[in-house]
Amino acid sequence: MQIIPVPGTLDAASFDQLAKELAKSGEGKVLFDGRHLRWVDPGGIIGLLAAGTVARDRQGTPPKLQLLEGADVTKYLARMRFFEVAESVFDLEVRPPRRSWSSSDVLLEITPINTNPDIHAVVDRVQQQAGAILSKTLNYPASAVVQFSVILSEVCQNIIEHAEAPGWVSAQTYTWAKRLGRQVLILSVADVGKGFRGSLADTHATRFGNRWGDATALEAAFIHGLTRFPDSGRGQGIQQIRKQVRRWEGAISIRSGTARIADVPSWDDTPPLEENLPPFPGAQIHIILPAQVVDHA
Amino acid sequence: MPDFEVDPVSIDVGRLVRRNVASLYSSLVTRPTGQAVRLAIENVLAEEAGPVSLSVIDLSHVTVIDFSCADEVVAKLLLRFLEDDRPRDAFFVFRGIRELHRDPIEVVLERQTLAAVSETESGAYEVIGSTSWEELKVWQALEGRGRVKPKEVHDLVPGNGVEETLGSLVRRRLVFRNPLSGEYQALSDLLHCLT
Repeated sequence: MQIIPVPGTLDAASFDQLAKELAKSGEGKVLFDGRHLRWVDPGGIIGLLAAGTVARDRQGTPPKLQLLEGADVTKYLARMRFFEVAESVFDLEVRPPRRSWSSSDVLLEITPINTNPDIHAVVDRVQQQAGAILSKTLNYPASAVVQFSVILSEVCQNIIEHAEAPGWVSAQTYTWAKRLGRQVLILSVADVGKGFRGSLADTHATRFGNRWGDATALEAAFIHGLTRFPDSGRGQGIQQIRKQVRRWEGAISIRSGTARIADVPSWDDTPPLEENLPPFPGAQIHIILPAQVVDHA
Repeated sequence: MPDFEVDPVSIDVGRLVRRNVASLYSSLVTRPTGQAVRLAIENVLAEEAGPVSLSVIDLSHVTVIDFSCADEVVAKLLLRFLEDDRPRDAFFVFRGIRELHRDPIEVVLERQTLAAVSETESGAYEVIGSTSWEELKVWQALEGRGRVKPKEVHDLVPGNGVEETLGSLVRRRLVFRNPLSGEYQALSDLLHCLT
């Protein structure tokens, strides 16, 4: 049994540690040890599901997942509907707490995205909840709910159109008191499919020659809007998401394979391009939208 | 009524998407949804319209439209009826494009160098998408006049090349040219004649 320790704080950044441990593990049985997990955000939860899925598909049976029974983080995972989705991924070594309450800061619980109707369902669901969160918590104009729905739809379509594998989406608000002194909305989408390099390889790899790799593929899609489809109407989704996230002074990053590319706002110090990360299949998209500063003067 | 037969067709996209695609939603999201809506519009035109038609595509009841869907419902629809092998001469006026829908629609139009006539909330008409300065100037002048006879074309705006610009607007389906009288007609004027 190979033990993969789950970091105490699990988010999109610390997910790399999980990917590194998973890459080291062979084809034997795997146990994800989450007993030290104290804090997790949508990027972390979805990353854990993705890592579990990779381990399950590699070994042919669900990996074990240990969590601390009764811990706040375990209750939070229940609130995010993690256990409902995790049942098909993990052999759970924890009794899921009853999910008896809802929370006003959860915009979108963990939701599998497998078909286009799934996207219709999440867009429809956030219409009701997102309006209140975006306007009251983040001080966005009332119209932002439509723009947020468009972002949500486009990132989810990325799973179906390019990954050819299951994916998940989730969104929640947090107070980033130390880092930013403001509330933020975190939207995470991940899949374990072919990734940007795999999606673009047939149509674009040749022209990049030996420069072709995960980082080049990400740059091609993220910066230049390249897509595997010959149709000139394609490839707009990511470009338009970036534009809207910039308008809201937000951050967006995409991790795929061994690279991560990001649009970095002034308040963040994430590198715009990271290479040689621990390999992980598919694509993980992470968007952070900060609360707008209200000028009371 | 115009002296040449043009069939008016009114298409409520919100109703169409609920009827054809997703019974519970009026969100125009995802590319397959857009494709289904565009095919439904083409079917309506095939069933209800003659060789020449002017269709009002009403987006008033659409809550959300994303870029993929806008590309399918707006850009690809226009492209289909600009092709040489188009099934019929179809002209389109878009209605109910709220400020929130405008960005995805303008982006997909500009990306494909397309333009469309849109009725604003106040009932005025505008061109959205990609047009040259000359096209916009001539289109606005014709919109103000409603229609012009061939011999009045040079009075439409000062300067040369007005006829060529009108020809371009006709080819782009932003202006209707009556094949019998040769008159150039704003789509808004044609719409008022038909309804």
